[in-house]
Amino acid sequence: MEKLEKIYVWLSVGILLAFILALIYASVILAVRVPTDVGQIVPNPGESLASATMRTPPFDQPGVQEMAPGKYKVVVLGQAWMFNPPSIELPVGADVTFYGTSLDIDHGFFIPNTDVNMMLLPGQVSILRHRFDKAGVYRIICHEYCGTLHHLMTGTITVK
Amino acid sequence: MSAIVQAQTEVVQDPKHFELSPANRRWILWFILFGFAALAFGVFQGFVQGLNYAGISLFSFLPGMKTYYEGLTAHGVLNAFIFTFAEANGWLSLTTARALGRNLNSRLLALSFVLLVLGTVFAGIPIFLGKASVLYTFYPPLRAHWAFYFGIALAVVSTWIISAAQLWALAEWRKEHKGERIPLMAYVSIMTYIMWDISSLGAASEDLFLLLPWSLNLLPGSDPLLSRVLFWYTGHQIVYYWLLPAYVSWYIFIPRMVGGKLFSDSLARIAFIMFVVLVPVGFHHQYTDPGIGNYFKIAVLILTFGIAFPSLLTAFSIMYALEIGGRANGGKGILGWFLKLPWSNPAVSAQVLAMIAFLPGGITGIMNASYNMNLLVHNTTFVPGHFHLTLGSAVTLSYFGIAYWLIPYLTGRKLALERVAKWQPWVYFLGILIFARGEISGGILGMPRRTALAVINYEPLPGWKLAGALTGIGGTIMFIGCVLFFLVIFFTLIQGKKMESTGDLPFTETYLGAAPSGWQLILDKLSYWVLLSFILIALVYGPFLLTHLPPKLNSPPFQGF
Repeated sequence: MEKLEKIYVWLSVGILLAFILALIYASVILAVRVPTDVGQIVPNPGESLASATMRTPPFDQPGVQEMAPGKYKVVVLGQAWMFNPPSIELPVGADVTFYGTSLDIDHGFFIPNTDVNMMLLPGQVSILRHRFDKAGVYRIICHEYCGTLHHLMTGTITVK
Repeated sequence: MSAIVQAQTEVVQDPKHFELSPANRRWILWFILFGFAALAFGVFQGFVQGLNYAGISLFSFLPGMKTYYEGLTAHGVLNAFIFTFAEANGWLSLTTARALGRNLNSRLLALSFVLLVLGTVFAGIPIFLGKASVLYTFYPPLRAHWAFYFGIALAVVSTWIISAAQLWALAEWRKEHKGERIPLMAYVSIMTYIMWDISSLGAASEDLFLLLPWSLNLLPGSDPLLSRVLFWYTGHQIVYYWLLPAYVSWYIFIPRMVGGKLFSDSLARIAFIMFVVLVPVGFHHQYTDPGIGNYFKIAVLILTFGIAFPSLLTAFSIMYALEIGGRANGGKGILGWFLKLPWSNPAVSAQVLAMIAFLPGGITGIMNASYNMNLLVHNTTFVPGHFHLTLGSAVTLSYFGIAYWLIPYLTGRKLALERVAKWQPWVYFLGILIFARGEISGGILGMPRRTALAVINYEPLPGWKLAGALTGIGGTIMFIGCVLFFLVIFFTLIQGKKMESTGDLPFTETYLGAAPSGWQLILDKLSYWVLLSFILIALVYGPFLLTHLPPKLNSPPFQGF
């Protein structure tokens, strides 16, 4: 190979490796995690997936639960075309673990300007953690197409 | 440079002579024109969707487009599937036939064309009747009319038939040229289709074995997660099926058209091999999906960065050829050569602008693929901002550029409205820059994609209105750019001046040609690379499928659209 070619190839490899290392740093050291596989919701014979979901903890109790001082569990069910619960209140500094799934079709659970961004799929359990350090009203948006009124499927989180 | 290398610089079997048969010419031309017709329908939908971002909702006024989502389904299916399938089928049939010096089997070309048209009709009718507003990703449990899934299957089979015709021609060629290197232009064309054959298996099996029977009530339900996994197994690689025909033009034709030469035959082959081998990267579209372990997500992060590498190689090869051409035209200094490219030739300017748009397109792609960074932009307008720079510009503008010489070559008519053709790429390019600025900035501010933003029931977040207005303005300019292109092609077809002879395809020569012996011979062992690809697929997708299968068909259908 020509010299110029070699320099270019190694530069390309170096840049891509640096990106990978930065991402591993962000996920391991800074702990910015994405949803992973935590098991499925399995219906009993003859039972519908939606009713299996509604009896499976934690989805039998949608809403906010305080697990320890400052630590919250927020359980969200998506269904066409609303979130249950539609509005959530949390104190400033709340360290929240979101648990989400869907009762019917694919939905999304997205809070703009945060790293809360996960899909809600029927039968699957999405978990993400986020700390709300700033007071204000956060908009929750369904960002996975779910039919005619998809654009009306939103909710709010009020942090105060 | 040695004499041996000099003697081996051709990218086709016989550079002096080739006769395209009338039947091959006819079917290839039909493919190219049918693709642009699909594009014309699709970009009109796109225009109306751009206005949606600017807060203008026109859907209820338009025939055959009752909702934003119906229009978006038509836009996606027509532009991302039908347009690209038709153009690749026609374009890479021609390059294969020319490179091997033998026409492809005309019956196979005809069969492929008929299947693509039928597929478009079957998928298109339910879309325009509002019975398939499932978008081009068609995730279950949203359920479309069965004809939609059937039409998509026919369109995919049409591409497999082109691959079969190519491989048949290659086998015949090999009988007569034992021990010879495959001509580069045939190599890159055939490898593109081999990559697509392997990659299309996921969505094709989802469509044929899960969704089509389900839509006919032959299965009890759908498996949303498995369907997404199968779809995205194909859904990422399809972008290379869109892009590589443009790469074929950039590697093989652009160097000649700018007065340069391709640098290295082997480097080009290595880039295409990497696209064939690094197939399993689709999980990177599912970073925010539950039910998929981090093992898979991290594995595809690394493989995706690996598949960025052949595009970096391509950038090197193409820039090299452009610089040689620009300097031969008298360009001086570090960047002076760039200004000396033959900008007045719309076939060149469209494709160089396509390459420029591909730079931010590739960079935003790397950002999307960046694992946890994806949390900030997943399913926001950042994503369509990205792929309108790649598919919507790098690929579409390249096909515009190719058409400016290919339609005259295929029809024997000179390009009409040449002044319009000279301006057209610039209009489109300006449009995409404004459009992408709008979508990308809106996405960073949390503007969701695939959402009828003109009719939401909450106050748009800060910055969305500006981002949406830019998207609408840019989209409108892109649409004008498309209309100009269609005018040029239309008038070329009906009143372009007849040419004495159509000449030959403008393929390049290479500085470092295909070596007749040595380590490079392994590059032509296509089966080795296919085997390697399947091994990698088994490593990445095997564990998921083993733990997930059999399909959990427990999600009832939903038709709320």
